[in-house]
Amino acid sequence: MPRIAIQATGLTKWFGEGEARTYAVRDVSFDAYFGEMLYVVGPSGSGKTTMLSMISGILRPNAGKVMVEGTDIWSLSDNALAAFRLHKIGFVFQDYHLFPRLTTAENVAIPLILQNRDWDEAMDEAMHDLEVVGLKDKAPLPPVKLSGGEQQRVAIARAIVSRPDIMIFDEPTASLDGETGRTIVSFVRQHVLTDQRCIVMVTHDARIYEFADRIAKMEDGRLTGTEREKLDA
Amino acid sequence: MPGNLKIAYKLLANDRARFAALLLGITFAVFLMIAVTSMFSGTLKRASATVINLGGSIWVMDPSIQTVANTIPLPDYVLDEVRSIPGVKFAVPVYAGSALLKLRDGTYQSANIVGLDDASLFGRPMLISGHIEDIFAENAFIAVKDSEFYKLENPTIGTDFEINDHRGVIVGIAKVASSGLFGVPTLYTTYYRAVYYIPNMRFTISYILVEPKTPADVAAIKRQVAAAGYLALTRDEFITKISDFYKYQTGIGVNLMLMTVISFIIGLSISGQTFYTFILENVERFGALKAIGAKGRELVFMILFQAAFVSATGFGIGVGLCSMVIWLARVYLPDYAAIMTFPNLGLAFGMVVVIAAVSSYVGVRKVLTIEPFDIFRG
Ligand SMILES: Nc1ncnc2c1ncn2[C@@H]1O[C@H](COP(=O)(O)OP(=O)(O)OP(=O)(O)O)[C@@H](O)[C@H]1O
Ligand SMILES: [Mg+2]
Repeated sequence: MPRIAIQATGLTKWFGEGEARTYAVRDVSFDAYFGEMLYVVGPSGSGKTTMLSMISGILRPNAGKVMVEGTDIWSLSDNALAAFRLHKIGFVFQDYHLFPRLTTAENVAIPLILQNRDWDEAMDEAMHDLEVVGLKDKAPLPPVKLSGGEQQRVAIARAIVSRPDIMIFDEPTASLDGETGRTIVSFVRQHVLTDQRCIVMVTHDARIYEFADRIAKMEDGRLTGTEREKLDA
Repeated sequence: MPGNLKIAYKLLANDRARFAALLLGITFAVFLMIAVTSMFSGTLKRASATVINLGGSIWVMDPSIQTVANTIPLPDYVLDEVRSIPGVKFAVPVYAGSALLKLRDGTYQSANIVGLDDASLFGRPMLISGHIEDIFAENAFIAVKDSEFYKLENPTIGTDFEINDHRGVIVGIAKVASSGLFGVPTLYTTYYRAVYYIPNMRFTISYILVEPKTPADVAAIKRQVAAAGYLALTRDEFITKISDFYKYQTGIGVNLMLMTVISFIIGLSISGQTFYTFILENVERFGALKAIGAKGRELVFMILFQAAFVSATGFGIGVGLCSMVIWLARVYLPDYAAIMTFPNLGLAFGMVVVIAAVSSYVGVRKVLTIEPFDIFRG
């Protein structure tokens, strides 16, 4: 039996009040397991990013509950929630959000530095993970000198450097060409996913569906079902 | 240094253009503030030149005196009265006035004339040539070698001139601690010769310089002098009184304040504006840090650190630049009147702190209101 990493129940989020209230996510419940790569797909505006934000401790739901490894994360204080994100979650944003004034290695080290780890130690580990994503030689460069695919790999290195249990990807391939996108997700599947880690990825990109264990579909704020994908050998 | 501050430093310092603009704003403001206040301090010091140069622990004067240059003569009996106050070690008269000299080449030049007490020569200047006893010789005057010296046509010992149909002759050249403010050269002579050569009103004593027996006697002496209807001030009190006169009774003080306020506003707007733009440009970065798990407090520290760092650096460069300019000015104009005082530096520092506080306040407010969700949504 796979262990449950994330358990969402009745998640609901609306924006605006009164007449203007619109539901972004309505009564969404699902489980995500360690060792799986769960995709969330659906049309634009269907609430995927909103849902992702609520399960990762970024956006407070109006109703519902998120249990991560047995902790009700929305019952935590702001500081405890920040610490939760810092230690448990690795984020890969759609547009990378790398720091242009820092070197690639420093960018990767940021989560460790925020954990108050020793600077040199953090840089060593960052170098190690840059090597994992195949960008060791780019370490001293500013990220703007890197291609889009390389920048996304830097973002992945930054997300894995703190060894998070859960990784959250929001459209990681949206700014990449098809081939680069496939290469990156295939890399994630092979080298980032482990039995102790759960990956939740929002995507529009049908070309990478083959890498998913399960695909959850969203429409108009509701989860309309999950299907199990067969991963070919 | 904690890692997040190191990151903050790099975010700021690696943004060369922005960092330079920030430094420029603060440096410029600091430079302007210190330059203006230093020049003013230098000027004020010169207004008290006579007081500084003559020394004298206590100055007795007419209560209506506002500045040392405008004397109100005291009757002779005041001198006797002062001398009879217990606690007075000695008291001497001093003459301070001005006269029109006719120089060798026939031109006229006005000059300050200081008449020293014949008996003691109290307040005598240090001579760089000649002998002080020669001041008792016939028609003897001692010229002060300050920035106005050349207006006496650079006299040497033996140079003579006319002063109110009397002959005057230079018997010594002196140096003094402070040059005067008013652009006229100074001559020392004896009290009696000064009074005799220069037409006067009924009374002739400009000030009475008093030395108390002990510092503890000062208060009693001041009281006794006040009882007699006159004013006794310590040297420092007199200098402050003169400074206050120029600060508050002339337009100089208001202008100085205006200049300081203007430099402050310029500094604040350049730096505040630049810092705010810097924060705005980095708002996504701070948002990303927040999403990754930085606590609000840590982000606040980062911004405070950036503001403090750039302010301290700008302050240092500004002070350095100002000292350099004053130093350079002194190389070319040895008597250039500007002094950096600690209160002036303190004032500039206080203003920099305000600039940093305002800038970081807007930055902190901005960063604390970032919703990581908005960053996440892109
Ligand atoms: N801060 C907000 N204020 C108001 N409405 C919002 C806000 N954030 C999201 N919404 C609305 O919530 C709905 C869901 O948005 P969300 O970004 O989650 O969609 P999505 O499925 O991620 O879309 P896309 O594929 O375009 O990224 C949309 O209708 C959006 O307009
Ligand atoms: Mg989205």
